[in-house]
Amino acid sequence: MKIHEYQGKAILAKYGVAIPKGTVAYSADEARAAAVALGGGTVVVKAQIHAGGRGKGGGVKVVKSPDDAFDAAKKMIGATLVTYQTGPAGRVVSRLLVEEGLQLAREMYLGLVIDRSTQRPVLMVSPDGGVEIEKVAAETPDRIFKAFINPALGLQGFEARRLTFALGLTGETANRTVKMMMAVYQAFVATDASLIEVNPLVVTTAGVPLALDAKMTFDDNALYRHADLRELRDLGEEDPLEIEASKFSLNYIKLDGTIGCMVNGAGLAMATMDIIKLAGGEPANFLDVGGGANAEQIKNAFRILMIDANVKAVLINIFGGILRCDVLAQGVIAAVKDLGVRVPIVIRMEGTNVELGKKLLKESGLNFATADSMDEAARTVVKQAMVSVNV
Amino acid sequence: MSVLIDGKTRLIVQGLTGREGTFHALQAKAYGTNVVGGVTPGKGGTTHEGWPVFNTVADAVSATGADASVIFVPPPGGADAIMEAADAGLALAVCITEGIPTIDMLRAIAFLKDKPMRLIGPNCPGLISAGRAKAGIIPGHICREGRVGIVSKSGTLTYEAIHQLTALGLGQTTCIGIGGDPLIGTSFIDALTLFGKDPETEAVVLIGEIGGSAEEEAAAFIKASFRKPVVGFIAGQTAPPGRRMGHAGAIISGGTGTAAEKMQALTTAGVHVVKSPADIGRAVATALKAA
Repeated sequence: MKIHEYQGKAILAKYGVAIPKGTVAYSADEARAAAVALGGGTVVVKAQIHAGGRGKGGGVKVVKSPDDAFDAAKKMIGATLVTYQTGPAGRVVSRLLVEEGLQLAREMYLGLVIDRSTQRPVLMVSPDGGVEIEKVAAETPDRIFKAFINPALGLQGFEARRLTFALGLTGETANRTVKMMMAVYQAFVATDASLIEVNPLVVTTAGVPLALDAKMTFDDNALYRHADLRELRDLGEEDPLEIEASKFSLNYIKLDGTIGCMVNGAGLAMATMDIIKLAGGEPANFLDVGGGANAEQIKNAFRILMIDANVKAVLINIFGGILRCDVLAQGVIAAVKDLGVRVPIVIRMEGTNVELGKKLLKESGLNFATADSMDEAARTVVKQAMVSVNV
Repeated sequence: MSVLIDGKTRLIVQGLTGREGTFHALQAKAYGTNVVGGVTPGKGGTTHEGWPVFNTVADAVSATGADASVIFVPPPGGADAIMEAADAGLALAVCITEGIPTIDMLRAIAFLKDKPMRLIGPNCPGLISAGRAKAGIIPGHICREGRVGIVSKSGTLTYEAIHQLTALGLGQTTCIGIGGDPLIGTSFIDALTLFGKDPETEAVVLIGEIGGSAEEEAAAFIKASFRKPVVGFIAGQTAPPGRRMGHAGAIISGGTGTAAEKMQALTTAGVHVVKSPADIGRAVATALKAA
């Protein structure tokens, strides 16, 4: 789960990370009031969306007065912000963070993630802040310094000091940065984070290290034990169909194509998208109904697929292990009858009770196309989608 | 022959009395697996479907001589169950549980470092040695004793590969679902190492997916030291970046972990990479003829 910058900063601050003074604002009036409360001088108005690259996209403005903050906020709220991470559709801005303007001496990078290869958390820093770290990693990997942390022990002082001195920091600034690193690690573990990124980590001209930006992502598997974090979820940042699907424990991701897919298992669902593409079509979604889907879930899955007006044909690809093919067939037949599905449906199923499932489909009197293999299914559904478009 | 599990394996089920544990224990028994008991804390001393139930894995081991466990406990207790299995001296634990928090797995894997136990998973379909024994949820009836080993991050996509090999009469030695989580006990390289030593495994199917770099690491290993033919497929060629595709580990982030990179690495290593999941079986047949 992703959260907004201002929420991430509030969490980090709780663990002892220094952050700029600031307030969240939902309107231009609130932005002006926030700027006044910060002393009436220079403030930074930052659009709060779950995507990076806001600066280049026009979502961060430095303004000199509360009235200018009002004007900047007026332009941003309700506007669609397009960055390299939002895709061409962009995101509508509904919240802003108004922060004190600071004089900066240094802009650096700090990131904490789980490294899969070493199976350890890795704290990464770079003296090159404010830019995409992927770019630094690709072009100047020697400018990234890492500490692989023993998860049983946690981040040790000497590891944090090594990274701090590698950044070229000295004196009291270095001491404070070491403390900040320890605090970031504490926050990571305590909140079951999967990523914390402070980009940039800045040092003010007064020598104070601060988190000028904060990106936090949490492990969805651990949210059950963090009621406070679950409340930070912003449904406005998520696709309505994906929210609907999640209510029924369906794993759905909307894509841009015309062929709806319903599959059991994440790997097979991805492979089904791939084979549709190879057959010349474009998948409209990723949808994993899970290993133990029942008739009710299949019906809801169908309903969600059908809400997407781009869908011209549907491919159902089920390898029945625990999920029996006859149960699937009953679910599909009921859903098509209840929902009055209008697009062609191609069904490929294999595994437990496949013959019984096929018999049910045939006797239903409904117009299903069936296929015996994945490639036949993909070719058939792509053809049907094209016919469906031309009609 | 087979790897990891066979007719001699003495298997216990952690979470035996739960719905999933019961169903799959019965399935494993029906397949010929020597299931010797189960563990459900608080139900020690009772019997379930004819099996003795123990409070702890250590009790189960001392009473039954178990050497392997399959874990069906709910996610909050998953990592704990893995560590308990290792502490009791088991040689193998197969963790089917999906949804174990990553931080819990970090600690469990650190705990396993100085233990001899091999962990498969979590979030995986488990293992099956065709015609011999199984620990997990892979349906037995689609398998057939044969010549090909399978190692895969996926569940149902693995069944698809098994089905194709069975239909072509090639069959399988052992199928290993290593799981789709970011942190797992057994890597592609570990599984390839086992298959390399198994005289009956003549070829290997490797099924990867987007996210991480395990496939690239496997490619380097194959290039350096794996001599049997390998057929590879990577799921998620059409997956958008930044979106988690079902499995916790299946995400393209920062431009890395793409299917294209993985397919390139495997191809360079001499793996027969198929673009279509429908071509896995045929590619194995071709590779075996050429070998």
